[in-house]
Amino acid sequence: MTHPVIHSQGLKKRYGNHKALDGLNLEVPSGGVYALLGPNGAGKTTAVRVLSTLVPPDGGAAHVLGYDLVRDAHTVRSKIALTGQYASVDIDLTGQENLVLIGRLLGLGRAGARRRATEVLERFSLTDAAARQVRTYSGGMRRRLDLAASLIKPPQLLFLDEPTTGLDPRSRIELWTLVRQLVSDGTSVLLTTQYLDEADQLADRIGVLNSGRMVADGTADELKASVGGGSLQVRLLDHEQRDTAAQLLGSQLKAQPHLPPDPAVVEIPVIGSEAANDALTQLHHAGIDIISFSLGQPTLDEVFLSLTGHPTATEELA
Amino acid sequence: MINAPSPTQSPSTTVPGRLETRGASRSAATLAFAWRTALRIKYVPEQLVDVVAVPLVFTVMFTYLLGGALAGSPSSYLHSLLPGTLVMTLVLLTTFTGTGLRSDLSSGVHDRFQSLPVWRPAPLVGALVGDLGRYLLASSIVFGLGLAMGFRPDGGVGGALAALGLVLVFAHALSWVWIVVGISVRNVSAVNAINIGVQLPLTMASNVFVDPATMPGWLRPIIENNPISFVVTATRGLMHGEAQLSEVLWVLAIAGALLVVFVPLSLYKYRTHRS
Ligand SMILES: Nc1ncnc2c1ncn2[C@@H]1O[C@H](COP(=O)(O)OP(=O)(O)OP(=O)(O)O)[C@@H](O)[C@H]1O
Ligand SMILES: [Mg+2]
Repeated sequence: MTHPVIHSQGLKKRYGNHKALDGLNLEVPSGGVYALLGPNGAGKTTAVRVLSTLVPPDGGAAHVLGYDLVRDAHTVRSKIALTGQYASVDIDLTGQENLVLIGRLLGLGRAGARRRATEVLERFSLTDAAARQVRTYSGGMRRRLDLAASLIKPPQLLFLDEPTTGLDPRSRIELWTLVRQLVSDGTSVLLTTQYLDEADQLADRIGVLNSGRMVADGTADELKASVGGGSLQVRLLDHEQRDTAAQLLGSQLKAQPHLPPDPAVVEIPVIGSEAANDALTQLHHAGIDIISFSLGQPTLDEVFLSLTGHPTATEELA
Repeated sequence: MINAPSPTQSPSTTVPGRLETRGASRSAATLAFAWRTALRIKYVPEQLVDVVAVPLVFTVMFTYLLGGALAGSPSSYLHSLLPGTLVMTLVLLTTFTGTGLRSDLSSGVHDRFQSLPVWRPAPLVGALVGDLGRYLLASSIVFGLGLAMGFRPDGGVGGALAALGLVLVFAHALSWVWIVVGISVRNVSAVNAINIGVQLPLTMASNVFVDPATMPGWLRPIIENNPISFVVTATRGLMHGEAQLSEVLWVLAIAGALLVVFVPLSLYKYRTHRS
């Protein structure tokens, strides 16, 4: 049996009158990726900073890898690594020097630190840039170096605070691949994200954080199921027929159809694929041709909205 | 369904086959951070040059333009000015302790260091050790220029080294003040503003350039009681082999007072920063 890598109970952290963490109960199982999902100001960074021993909690208790966060802080630090939300490498130094510095701080000798830096740079495809000052790196390269710095000594538990914020889609996928490799090597990862698709793609479990509290915790499927049924999306050949189609689907499925901006699309909540099948047959009989249809589970966006009462930041960015 | 996180006791999780390390020793960590500071000096030389340029330009200008008028001849003026140049240069350089720390705190670099299993003040102490390298480098530039312009310390090599040692002690003590400043202000430009708004005028309003005896009566006590003037007087004395013990002790007392106040304050503010 495996024990949780993080177990916290009633963790509190306040800044002035503001409760950044308001009784956080978190249980992160060993192995895999756990995503802490939440909008701006939800307390994600605060949670990571407290759990990685950077700041002491004001109340509550937590065990990380079985060690008390406050009493055994030094031991916790020797087993974890942190890649923060903001670049945590020295941009005046070269990539190689940054990693040698971390190696030396971890207790490796001069030659050992250099050897390890070279290995890690290789693994993160940074060998060509190793001798360049980090200020010349692209955002994606900096992020990779930042992650590399956390792996000089492979940690048992890795904290990644918004690892892909500000990355272009390709760098994002590259980073996801690196994280998956780490996990397959046996590292547990706790990452924070504002992106639902990131949590969906990468995480084995997701905790939804809002105003310093966990509002839900489970696998992506569990979270989606908790919101109820999915939705049927139909794309019509002739968008003139959309209103007719919407009316028909509405009366057939006894639900309120939704008309998205795309003029050829109708969406409608549906429970079960049989009902969806019947509805599509009705459209066919009514002479409404469809190009494509999809039967989806609710998106995490919908989950998020129903749990927290407000949409996530992704909508503002889109 | 949604699982509320359930409270259970959590014993140790160990993944076998991991490299376990308790981190570098205090001294090794401090040295690693000093090495980092040295690299930053190497990569951003213009920083050092920008700061050192101010006292050097003043030294050249004052010596050749005003030296004759102020002290009879440029060479006798340089004789008393150059120790002052050394003090001014090193004092102005102490600001870097503050700017370096502030930029680490503002980026995520400080967080990364604090997440490592090393002695917590090591980044501070290491940077201060590295700063000594910066002071030595700048001192050699000042001495180089002085020698080229004809400066000769009457106290010989021993006198020059004693003077250098005293200035280094004072600069180190002053660096701790900049640590408190670096932690307390919002960004790097605020640190620089305090240098330009407070430290630079304080340095100028000393006896570096002109003997206070020639100044109007109301100004004289201000200049004479400026701590920088104490440092300049003792440094001149040591450099030329004519220092009085009390002059040197005054400087050590000022440095000691700075250390007694600002070392604990720095360590406290550093430990509780952003917590
Ligand atoms: N050092 C601090 N001093 C004062 N308030 C703080 C501090 N750190 C965080 N807060 C406040 O605590 C709350 C939670 O902040 P936190 O940075 O944990 O949010 P977050 O979920 O990481 O947000 P983001 O997505 O923007 O990174 C915010 O309201 C923030 O203003
Ligand atoms: Mg954050």
